[in-house]
Amino acid sequence: MNSVLLATAARLFKPLLLLVSVFVLLRGHDEPGGGFVGGLLGASAYALDAVTRNTGSARRKLPLAPHVLLGAGLLMAAASGLPALLQGEPFLTAQRYEAALPFALQITLSTVLLFDAGVYVVVMGAALLIMFTLGEEQI
Amino acid sequence: MLTITIAPFLVAILAPAICRFTPRACGWILALLPLGLVLYLASLAPTVWNGQTVVATTSWAPSLGLDLAFRLDGLGLLFALLITGIGVIVVFYSGGYLAGHRHLGRYYVALLMFLGSMLGVVLADNVILLFVFWELTSITSYLLIGFDHEREAARNGALQALLVTGTGGLALLAGLLMAAQITGTYQISGLLAGGDLLRDHPLYPAVLALILLGAFTKSAQFPFHFWLPNAMEAPTPASAYLHAATMVKAGVYLLARLTPALGGTDLWWWTVTLTGAVTMLAGAWLALRKTDLKQILAYSTISVLGILTLLLGIGDEAAWTAMAIYLVAHGLYKGALFLVAGAVDHEAGTRDITRLGGLRSSMPMTAIAALAAGVSMAGLPPMVGFIGKELVLEASMRQQGMITLTAAVAAAGALLFAAAGLAAVRPFFGAAGSPPKDPHEAPLTLWLGPLLLAGSGLLLGLAPGWMNAAAASAAGAIAGSPSPPVKLALFHGFNTALLLSLLTAAAGTALYLGCARLRKLAMPQWGPAGWYDAALDGVMSLAAAQTRILQNGYLRYYLLTMIAATVGLTGYAIARLTALPLGANLGDVQFHEVVLVIVILVSVAVAVRSPSSVTAVAALGVVGLGMALIFVLFGAPDLAMTQVVVDILTVVLLVLVLHSLPQVSRPTKPGPRFRDASVASSAGLLIGLLVLGTAAIEHPADSARYFIENSLPLAGGRNVVNVILADFRVLDTLGEVTVIAVAAVGVFALRRLRERPGEKS
Repeated sequence: MNSVLLATAARLFKPLLLLVSVFVLLRGHDEPGGGFVGGLLGASAYALDAVTRNTGSARRKLPLAPHVLLGAGLLMAAASGLPALLQGEPFLTAQRYEAALPFALQITLSTVLLFDAGVYVVVMGAALLIMFTLGEEQI
Repeated sequence: MLTITIAPFLVAILAPAICRFTPRACGWILALLPLGLVLYLASLAPTVWNGQTVVATTSWAPSLGLDLAFRLDGLGLLFALLITGIGVIVVFYSGGYLAGHRHLGRYYVALLMFLGSMLGVVLADNVILLFVFWELTSITSYLLIGFDHEREAARNGALQALLVTGTGGLALLAGLLMAAQITGTYQISGLLAGGDLLRDHPLYPAVLALILLGAFTKSAQFPFHFWLPNAMEAPTPASAYLHAATMVKAGVYLLARLTPALGGTDLWWWTVTLTGAVTMLAGAWLALRKTDLKQILAYSTISVLGILTLLLGIGDEAAWTAMAIYLVAHGLYKGALFLVAGAVDHEAGTRDITRLGGLRSSMPMTAIAALAAGVSMAGLPPMVGFIGKELVLEASMRQQGMITLTAAVAAAGALLFAAAGLAAVRPFFGAAGSPPKDPHEAPLTLWLGPLLLAGSGLLLGLAPGWMNAAAASAAGAIAGSPSPPVKLALFHGFNTALLLSLLTAAAGTALYLGCARLRKLAMPQWGPAGWYDAALDGVMSLAAAQTRILQNGYLRYYLLTMIAATVGLTGYAIARLTALPLGANLGDVQFHEVVLVIVILVSVAVAVRSPSSVTAVAALGVVGLGMALIFVLFGAPDLAMTQVVVDILTVVLLVLVLHSLPQVSRPTKPGPRFRDASVASSAGLLIGLLVLGTAAIEHPADSARYFIENSLPLAGGRNVVNVILADFRVLDTLGEVTVIAVAAVGVFALRRLRERPGEKS
């Protein structure tokens, strides 16, 4: 599709979409959102590129190959279950850690976030792998 | 104990790096791992031999009854020492045997993972955990047999071993689950305590049959023995380790472990003893007819596995003690002989005994090791093999009125005596053979291992008292109650067993001298291996037939089949209900909802009627967005968000592939049109009914309330949907993302498969 409008918009929207996708991932614990939607949004950022130019261009811009994303995401999700084992609790029991930031800010990190990030990466990788694989034929 | 089971896996991850860094020394470095494990286990030994057990439990998934529960008792310790002890030797021997091999690192990954899995099998105290490790040994064995994956024989041998032991593994899983259901516990020690419950249960024969199937396939019992000789395609040290000393004994271990739960019945006695006896004789007989060193050793291993099984079938104190001693003796001499075979193959270039001879002058150290191990295998003093064989004979004689059993054991002893001659004497004595390579002594790494193993056999033969405590505590663990002390001695006085030993030695010598003539005897060419091939062919043609029907290459028929099947099966289930509750409440429908529904209906009509595919896809997108709006209106923002993004991506995907899809003209004939329309509308009708039905069911509000109330306090999240997905039911989600990943890889692989003809890259 050779549309100047779309191509220009895509260039602006892509970083925005990626940002939003991470935002959606992070807010998922308390507000609507989460790793699954986040991952799909992240994939759609590259889908936009694939539609306006071609899948090859989108693939080149992706820092990691989609199948690497798949493996990395699964590893992250599975690894999020390990800290619980060190505490003698069942695999995948959520662990929370309070961390103090400068400027008297307090942040709570948990293994759930790591798990959700893993889901994000897997979903993004899966969506992109399927899209690239199916879309590449016509080039 | 979790640590010692996990440690081999962790070291396995590091192995390739170590082998790349120092390819010459990595065998010695990696051997430190099993050495450390041996020392650790030895430090626990006095406790265990005093009659205590060491227990360590970590929660894994308690709601599934799955704990990382480990338990070390006399039986487990005996096996664990054998696994780690022979492991030390095999690991450093491999470094010399595969020196310079470009996949040495890969080999060590599989070998060390096997070591860990095997330790897991003998230490696990949870049936599921046991099964997981059991299957891991099958998988690592597959990788090791197929290590030389460029040869077809290696690939076939690997696949055959995996299929046979894998099928047995499934039967084992079913049997273990049934046993766990009957006794109400997944803990093995608990299961053993519930033995009476099991034996009196009407399903006892089924449980026994399934578990025996698992054990017999793993331990290569007749008629499943055929995979073991083909597994000899593995590198020789792997054969020595997996297919002689340890893995094939997993089945024997399982039988011993479950004796308190399943043993002691007539059914057990006859099935296990008879299978063992047949295997023992068939294996020993076939061993004599082979000329390849590894094949001789493989068939004699089958025979010994038969003896061990037979002893467990007999199932009394004497038999269990004999089992423990013979197990150690066999591990030592068979491990040594395999490693000798590897050294001979390495230095002389062949394993064919008709081309080997007189190697003692060129390979003196190897010859000493071979001779010592051979004497043990033949069951002659002063080796530990002699003590083992005497104990086996005595155990068989204690069975009243079972003179045939003793005769069979003695006959197997004679056959094994002759096989020992073929494997350990023939290549090293007599006239020089005509090997392809000029033989010379193997390097230190290749003769030290067999010499150590054979030397241990001699040491234990001369000082059998060292094994008293180990044998007694192993027999006690098999019995399920403390066992009387065992007093082993090399010389038992002039008794019937000694007389039988002399007879078997004489008969064995005769067989050895006449074995060339034996080999010429005609034998029927059918056997279980043929059944395996027939079964495999049958499965393949069945798969091909159903693929031709179901996967005919037309996407629209796939869709038709899937939808029609769903409608048919679900519809059948609904039709069986006497009354279908419908929860339609049309009273409070709002105006904007009606508008939304009309928009969706119009888009559906456009999608169905439009002649252009692009228009149809766009219309479908509108339907999806309409659905998302409905989700928003009914307070499911998470669902709406996901629906929108999925919808967009689907449309993008369709647009991307639309060009490459074949231009399908819509069916014009009334027949196909009617078929498609009826399948589509019945699917819609069914889903509609299901939604209405679901709305009518009074939800068990407890679970919903539980999640809503505990989301913030327990999991610290206000988004209940997300908390359920990522915290409460996180194991399910982990499974789902795995499915997503596998599906994506599947799409990728299928696409690549189509590209292969004419592929350029």
